[in-house]
Amino acid sequence: MTALTERMKDGLDAPICITWELTYSCNLSCVHCLSSSGRRDPKELTTEEAFRVVDELRDMQVFYVNIGGGEPMIRRDFFEIVEYATSSGVGVKFSTNGTYIDAATAQRLAAMEYLDIQISLDGADAATNDAIRGEGSYDTAMTAMRHLKDAGFGEFKISVVITRHNIAQLDEFKAIADEFGAQLRITRLRPSGRAVDTWEELHPTLDQQRTLHQWLLGHGENVLTGDSFFHLNALGESLPGLNLCGAGRVVCLIDPIGDVYACPFVIHDEFLAGNVRDDGGFAAVWRTSDCFTELRGPQSAGACASCGSWDACQGGCMAAKFFTGLPLDGPDPECVGGDGEYALASAGAIPRPSGDHSKPVAVQLGRRSNV
Amino acid sequence: MLDSPLKLHPSVALRPEPFGALAYHYDNRRLIFLKHPTIVDVVKDLAQHPDLRSTLSAHGIDEQQWDNYDKAICSLIESDVVVAR
Ligand code: SF4
Ligand code: SF4
Repeated sequence: MTALTERMKDGLDAPICITWELTYSCNLSCVHCLSSSGRRDPKELTTEEAFRVVDELRDMQVFYVNIGGGEPMIRRDFFEIVEYATSSGVGVKFSTNGTYIDAATAQRLAAMEYLDIQISLDGADAATNDAIRGEGSYDTAMTAMRHLKDAGFGEFKISVVITRHNIAQLDEFKAIADEFGAQLRITRLRPSGRAVDTWEELHPTLDQQRTLHQWLLGHGENVLTGDSFFHLNALGESLPGLNLCGAGRVVCLIDPIGDVYACPFVIHDEFLAGNVRDDGGFAAVWRTSDCFTELRGPQSAGACASCGSWDACQGGCMAAKFFTGLPLDGPDPECVGGDGEYALASAGAIPRPSGDHSKPVAVQLGRRSNV
Repeated sequence: MLDSPLKLHPSVALRPEPFGALAYHYDNRRLIFLKHPTIVDVVKDLAQHPDLRSTLSAHGIDEQQWDNYDKAICSLIESDVVVAR
């Protein structure tokens, strides 16, 4: 733990990594969707309100924002909001499933400044990907990437959530990224949103986690991870990155209706700090909300206190613990020391995420059980 | 670097933080941490003085520490936060 990371725990004047989900609407219904997206929420921010959020981010010197959803490109004012942000000095990186990137849109995107794109892909072949993201979604993503390449967009990102079924395809993902001149980004599956029901069958096994750790060490900073695998540091050598849970300290989420949560993976009342429509707006929520103040206070190591790896692993991910019913001051459910598995056996009731925007058809048990 | 005329890269924005500042480079989209309030003041002020040496002395920094500042500025040049002018 460096002095700097210690200071980060006290929180920053403005977030470094802020996710802003523009809509709960989505044309897909991925089984692991962190925000249980599907249907638009009638209370979603208007264009004007979205502009005011950008104004606040600009004033707080938030240099860039990660826009997501749902599928953000579904919003009719998507380009308006993105252009308003980038021209205000707030860079944008947005995540999309690629459905709405045709040749013309790709060219429009390529002409924009301070813009980065992340295409979601959860399998290196159609079968693996579509089992998670739905029929045809692999081809959709590949087509979008081809359009971006043809339009000369430059280095976009391919974003993969690592599961038990795609973890053997790491090299293939890297090859796909290289083929498109893109950068590979892999992140950890957390039991959030719809994944609260699918995590158990999708999360990597302990052996797979060891392989992943080695693979990541071998690829260094060429593969992005959003610092999401720091619980693997307990295996020995540390991965590059901040290596701490930044929830409410350097990270937060603004959801489509303006609710501010500690992190995109904890959409639950327990971690709801306020709303951008409240008096004082986002800045007041970030700086003075009780929820964030508490997260920035001293945290106990609990059952991890006696573990020699605490410094490297910090007990792992709060969201992963919360949505598997584990105490927040104890081991991560994927603790590489095996303590999480042990704890899971006696875990409490599993909290349900607040609000479910899934389309009624999304809850098809048949599809889930054959992933 | 002590004798070099330097400046903050025009595409870099500095955001004050309790530990110093966060620098963001709009061209390469990198975040860099400036881990001390004085180094932040020095960096902001580089363009107002003939060289690094005179900036440090204008900020009343003890000569014994110039080496450390020199190193810190060198690493900021590597990350393109500080450039020659
Ligand atoms: S709760 Fe998990 S996903 Fe969220 S910031 Fe902490 S470690 Fe990251
Ligand atoms: S016991 Fe806690 S600190 Fe130790 S490796 Fe497991 S999660 Fe990390």
